[in-house]
Amino acid sequence: MKKLFFSLLLCLCIPMAWAADANAPKLDIGKGGQCVEDPQWMRKNHMHLLKHERDDAVRKGLRDEKHSLKNCIECHASTKDDSVIARDDSFCVSCHRYEAVKIDCFECHSGKRKSAWLQQREAK
Amino acid sequence: MSDIDLTRRSFLKTSAGAAAVAIAPGMMLFQVAHGDTQGASDKVRWGMLIDTTQCKDGCNDCVSACNKENGLSGETKATDSQWIRKIEIKDVSNGRELSLPMMCQHCEHPPCVDVCPTNASMKRADGIVLVDKHRCIGCRYCMMACPYKARSFVHEPLTDQNPDVPRGKGTVEACTLCVHRIDQGLKPACSEACANKAILFGDLNDADSEIAKKLRSVATTQVRADLGLNTGIRYQGL
Ligand code: SF4
Ligand code: SF4
Repeated sequence: MKKLFFSLLLCLCIPMAWAADANAPKLDIGKGGQCVEDPQWMRKNHMHLLKHERDDAVRKGLRDEKHSLKNCIECHASTKDDSVIARDDSFCVSCHRYEAVKIDCFECHSGKRKSAWLQQREAK
Repeated sequence: MSDIDLTRRSFLKTSAGAAAVAIAPGMMLFQVAHGDTQGASDKVRWGMLIDTTQCKDGCNDCVSACNKENGLSGETKATDSQWIRKIEIKDVSNGRELSLPMMCQHCEHPPCVDVCPTNASMKRADGIVLVDKHRCIGCRYCMMACPYKARSFVHEPLTDQNPDVPRGKGTVEACTLCVHRIDQGLKPACSEACANKAILFGDLNDADSEIAKKLRSVATTQVRADLGLNTGIRYQGL
């Protein structure tokens, strides 16, 4: 039980320590606006949402638009290059680099906003 | 604050250490609050009927449409992905020639699913056979098991994929029946692209659908019907 409380404490402390860190990543949040969930909750839990719901989406055809990776990208792709991964301060890259957590998503998934990708394809 | 409370409560309730587990009850709540989709239904069986008499020799429109929709290069080297191919067949006894498209047949009893060691190769409730690339380890057993040579392996790193069609190196892929379009209520790209309407898409289970009516009224075949896989793709005029 003790362990649990410690891990909980740790969970709560990381964001706090972060807020105090002058080197904290400065990221391009794209369009931004109101997140589909509480932003602080999202910082801690976005990976669980993506991981659980990807199985529902692929295997059961349950596509939850709200929590889809595409929806994340729609808001958070940079307004400059329509991507969440193109630059060091792109939305996904800057935090993941700071925390040294490799992102595998974009080896298969597009990091581009769909409207921009479509435009680019039509231009080709 | 309420989210934190929830996490804490589930920590206590499940008494499991991993944060991933603790999140599950919270996620349930969100899904119920926001769930509108029904997902794939087993009442439906998606399929296509290909009328080879309407398929023109030399026409490649379905293949080009598939390549464009799914972001394939269109190259046909041994290491390039091909989800749909045009094949020409000839009856040597009388010289009758046919041209027809061949792709994953979306088998009801898919051998590719039987052999997959990771459950990556799978059949959705509505009959669409897919590779769940989150699980695929690239062993390629499924490619060997498929009697129709329908699957391709991605050999090179890819960039700039269609946001609706994730594809990546080290995984196997095949025709998805344009599942991302079907889930939006659209037809597969090949079916839409065919000017001669040679590719009819629909629900094989719905007696009133155009495809079911046609299957009732004309002679159709399944390729290698002897294998008993009950394919979702049917051919007319073979
Ligand atoms: S045609 Fe091949 S890949 Fe498609 S479902 Fe049948 S065995 Fe699997
Ligand atoms: S290549 Fe992937 S989908 Fe095919 S059998 Fe192996 S793990 Fe399954």
